[in-house]
Amino acid sequence: MTYRASNDPPHGTVGAPRVEAARAKLTACNVDVFYGEKHAIKDVSLDIGRNEVTALIGPSGCGKSTFMRCLNRMNDIIDICRVTGTITLDGEDIYDPKIDVVHLRARVGMVFQKPNPFPKSIFENVAYGPRIHGLASGKAGLEEIVLTSLKRAGLLEEVKDRLHAPGTSLSGGQQQRLCIARAIAVSPQVILMDEPCSALDPIATARIEELIDELQHNFTIVIVTHSMQQAARVSQRTAFFHLGELIECGMTEQIFTNPLHRLTQGYLTGRFG
Amino acid sequence: MAHDKDTAHTVKSYDEELALLVNTIALMGTLAETQLANAVQAMLQRDSDLANQVVAEDVKIDELEQDVHKRVVRLLALRQPVAIDLRHIVIGLKVSSDLERIADYATNLAKRSIVLNQFPLVNPVTGIVRMSRLAQELIRDVISAYIERDRDRAITTWRRDEEVDEMYISLFRELVTYMMEDPRNITACTHLMFMAKNIERIGDHVTNIAESIHFLIEGTPLRGRRSKGEMHPSP
Repeated sequence: MTYRASNDPPHGTVGAPRVEAARAKLTACNVDVFYGEKHAIKDVSLDIGRNEVTALIGPSGCGKSTFMRCLNRMNDIIDICRVTGTITLDGEDIYDPKIDVVHLRARVGMVFQKPNPFPKSIFENVAYGPRIHGLASGKAGLEEIVLTSLKRAGLLEEVKDRLHAPGTSLSGGQQQRLCIARAIAVSPQVILMDEPCSALDPIATARIEELIDELQHNFTIVIVTHSMQQAARVSQRTAFFHLGELIECGMTEQIFTNPLHRLTQGYLTGRFG
Repeated sequence: MAHDKDTAHTVKSYDEELALLVNTIALMGTLAETQLANAVQAMLQRDSDLANQVVAEDVKIDELEQDVHKRVVRLLALRQPVAIDLRHIVIGLKVSSDLERIADYATNLAKRSIVLNQFPLVNPVTGIVRMSRLAQELIRDVISAYIERDRDRAITTWRRDEEVDEMYISLFRELVTYMMEDPRNITACTHLMFMAKNIERIGDHVTNIAESIHFLIEGTPLRGRRSKGEMHPSP
């Protein structure tokens, strides 16, 4: 990691990419990401507010998912990927060599576009994380974590009679809520969601959005979505990316009623080209 | 067309629907201005037929307002507009309501001019004509500002409502003087007083439209106060 003195947002970003220091859960300063020669993220500085939903929006290839994956070092697994700049979680540099990446990813969990339950039972899907992280004390403790996580993910009522059925036997929406239950079972502080509803029907989508509303009381959520209406519905802050740059960030209400930047307006209103 | 200033939408039919909305509102503006002009002309020429025509034409503007409302509801439901498109569509509701009210005032002027024709002509009618010409000019300006999305023109029009207010105050005094001079003038002058008030209210609706245009362009309300005349009675 390279460290830079300046905490200022780059000249290109308009709006309010920063929140008050006390409210910032994650802070990215001057982050650049390279895939080999390709400069995928350009000097992005952005705060993620505590117990808030932050939506990252932008056209395909704008770098929103790449940026999100920097927040729990998911990019580490890509050999040619190089990240510079600083990202802190509660003030702690997550790219510090002393950081245990497995532990970091337990604190900053992730839910993917396509529901990806393990080929195991519903119970085991949720129990897996707490077990390997040693979070449960005994069988009863583990069971409690599983049931609580399923309940918080709004899935318990639907699956309580078939906890030992395969996770893959659930519907798409249920599978996604199972993945959310799996993510929250290890008590993360932040949940990253990469297009969590793009494979779901409108009813399953509404249930996930309702869940996001509830989860934000206990977790900090970052969501990447192609559905601008979804960003408008679920988030408090919205960040708009374009060609690897953070163009604008601000309160979702302001972004959707009166965006400051021409590009944001063009993208939101469907005048992009 | 208003949208030429922006990059076009990727979905062309969206632009076409927005253009239809603007055109309908522009047509309402033109009709409302014509109605006002004809109502005052009917008074000046003592032409009750023209006045009756104004009364009959009002329904066209009411229908156009309904048309705008339908288009707005459709656009909101089907396009889920945001940012400037959202503001554009939402102010369509307000601007069309303001124009419909302006046309109502013009109808009221026409009805009073029919009554006035039963009385001898009194001098202050020229004051009504002057006031109406200014109001017509402001309607034209504000509609141009709406079509062109011209913020500066909207603000200029907004400020010029002050001139209408001043004319109203001056005409009010003139009418009171006439009534004091000869009580036989009281009925005609009272009608003229209401007509002056109607035109003054038309000016207020023009300022509402100017404020909507400002909100459309800037996304913020038009702040600041226009200086009001020393007297603002509401008879």
